[in-house]
Formats: sequence, structure tokens, C-alpha cells
Amino acid sequence: MLSRFSRRACLAGALLTLSLMGCTAQPLPATSGSEIVLADAYELGGYNPVSGYGELGVSPLYDGLMRLDSAGDEALPAFAPALAMEAPIPNADSSVWSVPLRQGVTFHDGTPFDGADVVATYNAVLDPGSASEIASAFAMIAEVSSSRTATGETVTFTLAYPYADFPSRLLLAIAPSERLTGGPAAESSLNREPVGTGPYRLSELTADRAVFTANPHYWAGPPQVSKVTTVYLPDDNSRVQRVAAGEFDGTILPPALARTFTSKPGFGIESAHSADWRGVSLPADVAFTRDPQVRLALNHAVDRQAMVDTVLAGYGEVAHTPVSAVYGDAFDPAAVFPYDVDKARSLLAGAGWSPGPDGVLVKGTDRAAFTVAFRPTDSVRRDLATAFAADMLRVGVEVTLAGLDFDKIEPRVRDLGILLGGGDKPFSLDTQVYAALHSPLPGTALWDNPGQFSTPARDAALDQARRTLDPERRTSLYRQVQADYLTDPSYVFLVFLEHTYAVRDSTWQRAPVTIEPHSHGVNWGPWWNVASWTR
Amino acid sequence: MERGLLDTLTTVQTAHGSQTPSPDLATARRRRRAREVRGLIGRRIAVALPLLVLISMGLFVLAQASPFDPLVGYLGDRYPLTTPEQRQSMREVLRLDQPWWAGWLAWASDLVSGDLGHSRSYAMPVSAVLAERLPATLLLSAAGLAVALLLSLLGALIAALNPGSVLDRATHALATFLQAVPPFVLALAAVTVGAITLGWFPAGGATPVVGPTTALTTVHHLILPALVLGLSQMPWLLLSLHAEITTALASDPVRAALARGLPWPGVVVGHVLPPALAPLVTLVGVRLPELIVGAALVEEVFAWPGVAAAMVTSARTLDMPLLAILTVASTATVLLGSLLSDLGYLALDPRVRIDD
Repeated sequence: MLSRFSRRACLAGALLTLSLMGCTAQPLPATSGSEIVLADAYELGGYNPVSGYGELGVSPLYDGLMRLDSAGDEALPAFAPALAMEAPIPNADSSVWSVPLRQGVTFHDGTPFDGADVVATYNAVLDPGSASEIASAFAMIAEVSSSRTATGETVTFTLAYPYADFPSRLLLAIAPSERLTGGPAAESSLNREPVGTGPYRLSELTADRAVFTANPHYWAGPPQVSKVTTVYLPDDNSRVQRVAAGEFDGTILPPALARTFTSKPGFGIESAHSADWRGVSLPADVAFTRDPQVRLALNHAVDRQAMVDTVLAGYGEVAHTPVSAVYGDAFDPAAVFPYDVDKARSLLAGAGWSPGPDGVLVKGTDRAAFTVAFRPTDSVRRDLATAFAADMLRVGVEVTLAGLDFDKIEPRVRDLGILLGGGDKPFSLDTQVYAALHSPLPGTALWDNPGQFSTPARDAALDQARRTLDPERRTSLYRQVQADYLTDPSYVFLVFLEHTYAVRDSTWQRAPVTIEPHSHGVNWGPWWNVASWTR
Repeated sequence: MERGLLDTLTTVQTAHGSQTPSPDLATARRRRRAREVRGLIGRRIAVALPLLVLISMGLFVLAQASPFDPLVGYLGDRYPLTTPEQRQSMREVLRLDQPWWAGWLAWASDLVSGDLGHSRSYAMPVSAVLAERLPATLLLSAAGLAVALLLSLLGALIAALNPGSVLDRATHALATFLQAVPPFVLALAAVTVGAITLGWFPAGGATPVVGPTTALTTVHHLILPALVLGLSQMPWLLLSLHAEITTALASDPVRAALARGLPWPGVVVGHVLPPALAPLVTLVGVRLPELIVGAALVEEVFAWPGVAAAMVTSARTLDMPLLAILTVASTATVLLGSLLSDLGYLALDPRVRIDD
């Protein structure tokens, strides 16, 4: 009821907005000097690292042991030491990692930063009593300890299994141990009164506004942008109007609305690549999709470029595997399934599927039909699922769509195809591909590879890659994974999203954007590293 | 004949107006009135308390029966990343696995001891959420109601005093049109005209994006949403006022007053408005729920930082401490509104009796 109403509201708003975009006033200077003001689509507050805030080290308030060092969104960022003194040092089989700590750093409240804070933050995430939303991402950690050395202090992570991509887990924002007092993370005072070591401190927080002011004692030097104000404005159309009216220096917008700023003087659009993929998992218990030749055929039957052009308004790239071009050498440009309906039809025919009386393929008593579930609140997933069903029908496969939330899908996970999203931690290729492609292991989420299809060779390459420190060896292993996937695909990957932002022109020299994870907002985009802006 | 009628009327009026009751009688009347009022308040409270308890229990029952899993709201996109075992342990920590009555008991006993609990969706104490948002909603509702009363009074008077005129028909057409337009469309239109095209008012929020918040900036931000809320609540007020005023205009006292040659403004203020406004007091009290709902919609479009957004968020994520207190508080507001309007009616019209 509410959703239908709000959808109508959005439509009405969009029409009004579009019709009136032409007659708006020239943008006025909203801010002077060294302040910027942004409109965000996401609720303010919740600044607790234990709940996942700053999980990837991108936050004005906190630092992680490591930070992202981006040269742009075409390639994966490197990791540079932040609260660490230098890059982490692994043992021979990458199961123990030592991180020497930076000395002389203080938190916003004046207390000194030390190893106890790192240990307390990681332990709080791992403590079941915190009910941390990100605990599963750190499940490889068996023990964290800190020790004083002659030159300073070192934190040691002992892992439950060798893990070569562990530096990606060192991006987690570090909170002071004094404030990590146990209990559910959602009830911690850090959510509203965060204390970090970051370039900005939170100076004001109300329901609709958060003000970040520069930390004059920041260990890397105080930032030049002295104040960042973020205003919470959930309605897409309100954000368009108020950015156009000159109230804000920028905001995040869906691609179609961001495009309205192309012709607007004084504004530009920034987009950032992401490893945020969308794809369809194929059901494990449906005879049709259990056939590897069928899965191959379905991959040739989808017109991915059309999905990028229409559903994503051009802001995205086609996805054939979860490995995108941003992974550099590990990405195999040849690992594609060209759009070829005839090939799809002949593969299906070769596998014994022939048209039935109603045009849908049949083989014996089995029908070429399955259901694809998608999260109904996500319009992009809905539209992609619709496009997928249309492409399937063209080759005689009947796809029924069902809008279901996660908890309704889970009990039927073996019977449903699911329009899945991934790429929440893109800075580790292992995290990007391992759970999605590896055959299920005990203790993994049901959503990691719901179809449960894989090959022994693929599993072996994935396992070996996560244990291998040598970059060239890892690269070749990930290429093996993609080559193997081409012969026996387990999903139909569709697209990688791009995130779009409207930005007002300014004289600031901005840092380049970076590859973005699934989550975004004005913490990302052109502002992910606002502390490094100069002019 | 004419002389006779006027005489009678004058006599009646004099009798009514100049009859000073003896001090004893007046005191006795006042006492009886006070007793009646106390009785009314007592009875209403006796009904309201069990009603609020039942409504809050019903809310917890519905929440448990609801197809929503609160963990879906809590985890969001991270839901698929967690295993069922991890989710079970989260349920235990967040106390989502207890039966509705246990949850209700915990909430109610905390409430009795003055603790409103902790809001999961806002990650802050419920009392802090309310302290932050309630003033904004009260300000907007009060301003909206004031606008609605003022506009409907003006419109109804103009229309009723000029029956059949262009003004009369225009007022009615406008009222019907406004009643038909959903508040959010009105709100978007107001933003488009008032904030974008003319640029006179801010398009949303309650405080300036940069710079200090003063009384002036608050009024500046309040004008558009209060106007939209007032306009959306105006039609039913205007139409009922129009009916009351028309009735009053046709009443004997008014006809008599006019016949005696009293000036129009005096007649309107002294003879038309008092009887026409009295029912309005009841009407406003009874229609409070509509005002609350209207405020919720207007708050959404104008990004007004009030409790409406909190209500939607808490309902979607089944954030029970926040949702329960907001539900109980809105129910209490409606009950209080109807009590106040009845008391107002008692104060305005000495003829009104309370049925025991």
C-alpha cells in the first residue's frame, strides 16, 4: 500500500521536476570559503565501526590500519598505511599478519591511540554479543593481540586459515577501546558520538544534519576543506530540486535523474565504477538448470548491453563473471559469453530440449521453466529481472518473476533463481569471487552460490589463490577460474553498476574517485577523500 | 405587529442578558460544573488507560504476526552475507526471538519506570529521538491548524455572506478541488512554485543548510509546509463552517439583530460567529487524526525532521520501542484532543450538559 503510494508520489514528483527543470534560477553560491555542503540519501548517524561504518576505511571520522590509495576508478586502489606504520607483514603461509603501529596519534577526545584500541575494535566486531552486521567478513581471524617492541607497538592477527587478501580486512575503522564497552553495537554511544582519529570530528548531529569539522591535530596534517555539512534528504526529487536551486555542492542520484544535470551550467556529473554486480543465480533443484549445457545457453541468450543501456541509463558495464576490468591482469577480457540467440537455441537443442505445445522447451516430463526472485524494494533488480525474463522467453524458457524479501527467499533457496547483488568488499578479489563461485562449504551463508554449482578444478584454483602471496601466481589462478567458468557457468551475471553523483563546479582540486563497493552515498563519490582536497 | 415582535425580542434579550443570578446560585452552578468536568476527565482516563494498554499489546501481537523479519531491516543488504546461525545469535542479543507478551512486558515495565528503551533503527535512545523530532512536528501541526482555521474562517464568511455569488461558488470549487488533491501533490506543487520558480522559500528542511538557526529562519522554513498542511486540512473546516454560518445567518437572533438595524460587522462578530464556531471546536478535536496523517505526508516531502519519518522507519524495521511509543502517543493525542474539545464546548456553551 505504502510502496504503491510512494511510487506514485515519486512518479508525480519526477514529472513535475522534469517539466520544471528548465525554469530554475541560476545556481547561487551556497557556501563561501572552505566549506562544502552535501545532500545524502541515507540516514545520518550510526557512526559505529562495529556496525560496519567505515568498514572499508572510507570515513571522515575514522582511520583504519590501512587506507585506500586511489589513482582513479579504472583500477583497484592500492592500500597505504594509515594507523599502521608500514604495510602488514605476513608469515610464510599468510596465516599470521603483523602490523607495526603508527606512534603519536591521538583520538578526537585527546586519548592516545595504541594497540589496545585495534584489538578492542576487532574483538568487538567478532564478539557475538555485539550482533555486528559485518562479523562474517572477519570470520578468518582467530586471535588479535598487541605487543610492545623496541621501536614501538605491533598488532598481530592470527588467522584460522591462510588468507593472502588479509590486508583488505585492515581497512576497518578503529575506535577507542574505552568506548567499546560490550553489548549490542546498535546501542553503542559511538553511533551518535563517534570518536576516531580521522581528519574530521563530528561537531553537530541532528535528525537531518551532520556537521564534520576539520581535526586540527590530524596526524597527516589538517584538511583544507574545513567543514563538511551533510543534510539527509531521502527523496530523490527533492535532492534534484534543492541541488539545482543551489543549496548544495553535490549529491548522489540515480542515473536517470543525474542526467538532468548534464546541461545545467555550473554543475557536472561524476560517475564511479564499482564491482557491484547484479546477476541471476540458477536454482539447484530444477532439472532444467542442473544441466551445464543449459546454463551455458542461458548465458548466451541475455542481451547484457541492452540492460546497461536501458535499465542503467548507460551507467554501468556488462558482467559475464564477477571479475570486472578493474581487477587488472586478473581479469580475462576473453571471459565473455557473446550475445548469440542462435547459439543459445542450438545449445539447448543439443542438450535435448525441444519446443513443447505452448512454445516452452520440454525434455521428457521436465519443462524449461523456473522462478526468479528479486527484492521488491530495489527497482534496478526488478527491472533487470524483467529484462532477463524477456530474454529467456525469446529462446523458449519460461521465467516467472516473484518479488520476495530475503527472509522469504531463504527457505526456498534451492528452488528459486535469485537476482543477486554482490561486490560489497571489492578491494579483495578473493572476497569478490570466492564465496560466489566456490561450491558451498560448511558454515557459509546460503546465499553464497545458492545454485551450488561449481567444478573441482574451479574450487581448487580458488582455494589455492587465497593461500598464494605471489601476485603473478594469483593472477594466473584467477584466470584459470574464469576459463573454467566459461565452460560451466553457475550463474548468469548481467551488469556492474556505476554510481552517479551531481557535483557543483568549484575551484577545489579533487582527489580521483575510487572503485566503489555496493554501499555508497556522499561518503563515496567525489567526496570519499575530501580531506586530501587542495586549492 | 412589527413593534410588538421587536418589543418581545428586546424583552427576551434583556431578560436573558440582565438576569443576574444570586451569588449562591452562581456558586452552586459553578460547583456542579466543576464536578461534571472532573467526572468527565475521570471517566475519559478510566477508558483511555486500558485502551492504550490494549492498543500497545495489539501492536506487539501484530508485529509478531507480521510477515516482516526485523533482521531484514537491521541487516539490510548484509542479510545474505550472514548464516542462519549468525542470525539466530543476533536475534538472541537483540531480543527479537521472544514471544510478543515477553517483549510487551519488558517494554511496558521499562516504560512505567520511565525508560522508553533504545531505538534500533536510529541507534539512539527513544527519548532522544522524541526530544529531537517532537518539537518540529508540534510546531508544524500547530501552524498548519492555525492556517487552516484562518483560511476556512475567511473563506466561509465570504461565501456565506454572499450566497450564490461568484465568490461563493469559487470558494466551494476551491474547497472541493483541495479536498481531491492528495497532500503530497500539493506539497510538490508548492515546492515547485514557492521554492524553485519564485525562489522565495527554502524547498525543505527546518533549518538553514549553512549559518545559524534563528526564529526568523525557522519561520522562513515553516511557511511552505504549514501553508500546504493548512490548505490540505482547510476544505472540511471550510465546508462545515459555511454550513454553520449559513444556519446562523438564517436564525432568529440574527434576523432580529439585522431588523433592528445593527451594523453587519457587529452582527457577524456578536451573533453569527459564536454559535457557528462552537461546533468547530468539537470538529477540530475529532479530526485530529487527520491532521496527524496530513502532517506525516507533508513532513515526508519537505524533509521536515519530525516524528512522521521516525514512525515510517520504525514500522518498516519493526523497531518496537520507538514504534510502540509513537503509536501510544498518537492514540493518546487523539483521545486528549477529543477530551479537550468536549471541555472547550462545555466552557463555550453553558447549555451543554454532560450525560452521566
